[in-house]
Amino acid sequence: MGDAPLRVRGLTVSYGASPAVFSADMTVAPGAMTAIIGPNGAGKSTLLKAVLGIVPRVSGQIEVFGAALERQRARIAYVPQRASVDWDFPTRVIDVVEMGLYRRVGLIGRLTRQHRATAGDCLARVGMSDFATRQIGQLSGGQQQRVFLARALAQGADLYMLDEPFAGVDAATEKAIIDVLKSLKDEGRTILAVHHDLSTVPDYFDRVFVINKSPVAEGTVAQAFTQDTLQQAYGGRLATGLLDQLFPATPAAAAPAFPARPS
Amino acid sequence: MIDIGYNATLVAIGAGLLGIAAGVIGAFLYLRKRSLVSDAISHATLPGVALAFLVMVALGGDGRNLVALLAGAALSALAGLGVVHWLNQRTRLGEDAAIGAVLSVFFGFGVVLLTVIQTIGAGRQAGLETFLLGSTAGMLRADAWVIAAGGALSLLACTILRRPMTMVSFDPEYAATQGLNPARVDMAMMALALAVTVVGLKIVGLILIVALLILPAVAARFWTERSEVVALLAGLFGGVSGTAGAVISSLAPDLPTGPIIVLVAAAVFIASLLLAPQRGVMAGALEWLRFRHRVHMRQGLLALAHGHTVYEPYTMRLLRGAGLIRADGVATEKGRAHAARAALDERRWQHLRSRSENAALAARYDGLTPVETWLTPDQIATLDREMTGSGGAA
Amino acid sequence: MGAEFVALSLPPILIGSLAALACALPGNFLLLRRQALIGDAISHVVLPGIVVGFLLTGTVSTWPMLLGAAAAALVAVGAIQLIQRIGRIEPGAAMGVVFTTLFAAGVLLLEQSDTSNVHLDVQHALYGNLESLIWIDATGWQSLLDPEALAWMPPELIRMALVCLIVMAFIGLLWRPLAISTFDEGFARTLGIPATLLGLALVTVSAIAAVAAFDAVGSIIVIAMFICPPATARLMTDRLAVQVALSAVFALVSAVVGYVLAGYGPIWLGYADAVSAAGMIATVSGLLLAAAALVGPRRRGQSA
Repeated sequence: MGDAPLRVRGLTVSYGASPAVFSADMTVAPGAMTAIIGPNGAGKSTLLKAVLGIVPRVSGQIEVFGAALERQRARIAYVPQRASVDWDFPTRVIDVVEMGLYRRVGLIGRLTRQHRATAGDCLARVGMSDFATRQIGQLSGGQQQRVFLARALAQGADLYMLDEPFAGVDAATEKAIIDVLKSLKDEGRTILAVHHDLSTVPDYFDRVFVINKSPVAEGTVAQAFTQDTLQQAYGGRLATGLLDQLFPATPAAAAPAFPARPS
Repeated sequence: MIDIGYNATLVAIGAGLLGIAAGVIGAFLYLRKRSLVSDAISHATLPGVALAFLVMVALGGDGRNLVALLAGAALSALAGLGVVHWLNQRTRLGEDAAIGAVLSVFFGFGVVLLTVIQTIGAGRQAGLETFLLGSTAGMLRADAWVIAAGGALSLLACTILRRPMTMVSFDPEYAATQGLNPARVDMAMMALALAVTVVGLKIVGLILIVALLILPAVAARFWTERSEVVALLAGLFGGVSGTAGAVISSLAPDLPTGPIIVLVAAAVFIASLLLAPQRGVMAGALEWLRFRHRVHMRQGLLALAHGHTVYEPYTMRLLRGAGLIRADGVATEKGRAHAARAALDERRWQHLRSRSENAALAARYDGLTPVETWLTPDQIATLDREMTGSGGAA
Repeated sequence: MGAEFVALSLPPILIGSLAALACALPGNFLLLRRQALIGDAISHVVLPGIVVGFLLTGTVSTWPMLLGAAAAALVAVGAIQLIQRIGRIEPGAAMGVVFTTLFAAGVLLLEQSDTSNVHLDVQHALYGNLESLIWIDATGWQSLLDPEALAWMPPELIRMALVCLIVMAFIGLLWRPLAISTFDEGFARTLGIPATLLGLALVTVSAIAAVAAFDAVGSIIVIAMFICPPATARLMTDRLAVQVALSAVFALVSAVVGYVLAGYGPIWLGYADAVSAAGMIATVSGLLLAAAALVGPRRRGQSA
């Protein structure tokens, strides 16, 4: 396992004077679907963005397929969380997908018929062919999310990173997205997604990376997606109802509370 | 006391009052993130000045009545403001585009009118150019009074409206629940900005008046996190800039008033940018260096404790500099002790955070602050007992 | 009519058109990046730039002043970015801080230095003097084929044409990365597009356009052309390429119609003298924008 798709060592990221991610180590297994989970504000999205160089890091080393990130750009695709673009931008759905072909078309190269066909196929895979010539802002949130997935597909990457792909999308979109991701996995590609819905983790993913500012656990769903690790990451923020549902018939340990010393 | 003459004293007082009013209003505009709207307002005054002149000439006057010219300026600035609002609300264009379009088009049209004035009666427009950059040289006594009175009135209006403006600029939705109409308060704010602009035309000029609305406010923001204090400080900075600028410029013949006032305000801004204790650049840079130091130190110690390799050159340098590792990367005695302490702290935190009862405390975890900061020795002893009891979370 | 037109009206119309084009093209991207007012800031700091250029060389020759202006524009853009980042100040205010300060410094320098006997004043910087850019040696349309006469074309025309070419080449060559990074900067970074550098390059090219155009036509046209034609086009279409093409058309229409109205309008009305061409071009571009804002097919956005 010399060339893991992604290896992160000692990553610390901060916005201002307090770290959002502290000293994270992570090794992503090839050909698997890994979920990054953790409570709100645990630095899940920040971790992805720092890996991709979108936000600056305080410290940390990133290796992608055994080499520096800059040399492996072509092998990574990233699907951002919704609402990070100007939806009013003068661009059509198919134009957005074609942006994914950038590294193949090059700076000055022309889009050939073949390129256009590729873009069309990617759009078809997410079930959005009928919307090719719509302005991007005219779609629903779920449809927009699918278009961004199609753009990532057009990149033809080996490692797909997605930031909350299922956040606020309709059921049809969720189904479409998970089908595409599973088919990518069947093609031998690696998927790493920030995920917030714990109840779907075992169904959708093979592995989890649990984080709350610093990493809590990493491994297969069976190893790392346990009541213990979740308790550690989420503390009191996890509804007991959900825990019972995920891990039926396990007694909860009681411990004395530590009231915070007034500061 | 420097004797600068009666007119110049009036102008200095007027500029001071104007500066205070502009600073206060500017602070609210800045907090509402609408500073540059004032740029559209000020450039949009030009066609009004020219039209007022044309109307006065058409009625048989000589076209130099300051009050009438300023009234014209106010009317066309109001129209410009209306267009900015309309473009922003009714079309997809952003406020920045609306501001740019209005300021350039109104100004362009104003220049067309200035050339029209040249055409119909060459030489008579002489006074109008001074509205571009402001000029207090050879000002009539009546005009100086108009400015002083205008400055005082704008300041009075600011004082009366300061509370609703503070509330709306801090939290418009809450202000609405308190019976304030944010749209109307915004409008009042704009009207005051307009008043300040118009009064300032003669002294500072329409191109630079926007500086008085921006510089003191931005400078004041560096010193405090409280909006009332921002407004007060901005008023102070604006007043000082206005008065000092007017006095300095009256001391020598070719020191134009407007630019001097602006440069004094700019000096205040630069000093604030560099020196302010918390938001200032120097404080920020120091803070960042300290923070980076803490992060690398802690990560280095944890790596030592867990026997991991340290990859970051900066971390290595820090550890070696503190005598925690030897040149070959092996931990010294002191290094091992520090590392053990860091690791223990991390384990304590981990344990704490895994207990749902400790949510309030767990939220204080940032990877850097030792647990001792928040817990008493007794609590820590309980914690340690519990950790050994449950086999430890690590 | 022919000879007089070629000598007196053709060069200003061409220069005005090229200047409008050179500013409108990058203006599209500035508009979409919510940096529309960069053009405003740049055009204000041109004045201190030329004054410093003049003070350093002591002559009113073109190149030192152009270089000074370009340098001032870059200094201003750098200062805006710096203040915005390290001072955590919102972009509009950061711009206002920088351009007013530099402009004030420029005016002061101008007043302090002995420039009264040379042709260097604030008014010229603001309105330019499009009407004075004439081609004395032209005797008619045939002069366009006469190398002797062509050699005496106003130098502003050649300079403006050159800058216009640079701008078009920049946008043409970097179209795809520009479009991608304007639409989704984070995504552009993951593709390895140096988005920050590209943004800076865009502003630099805009500064070059602004400085050259300012030299020819004054700073009003510059601001108006950076914003009005792209904004007008923005209200007409939802496709980037179409928007950019339309903005070029609107820029040219503003320049030609504005010049003609300023030069001949008063004469048609029975007055002897022309009015400011630069001001009229800005006015026409504003009228086009007003029309688009009232009836443009895409005047409403997704949010508005």
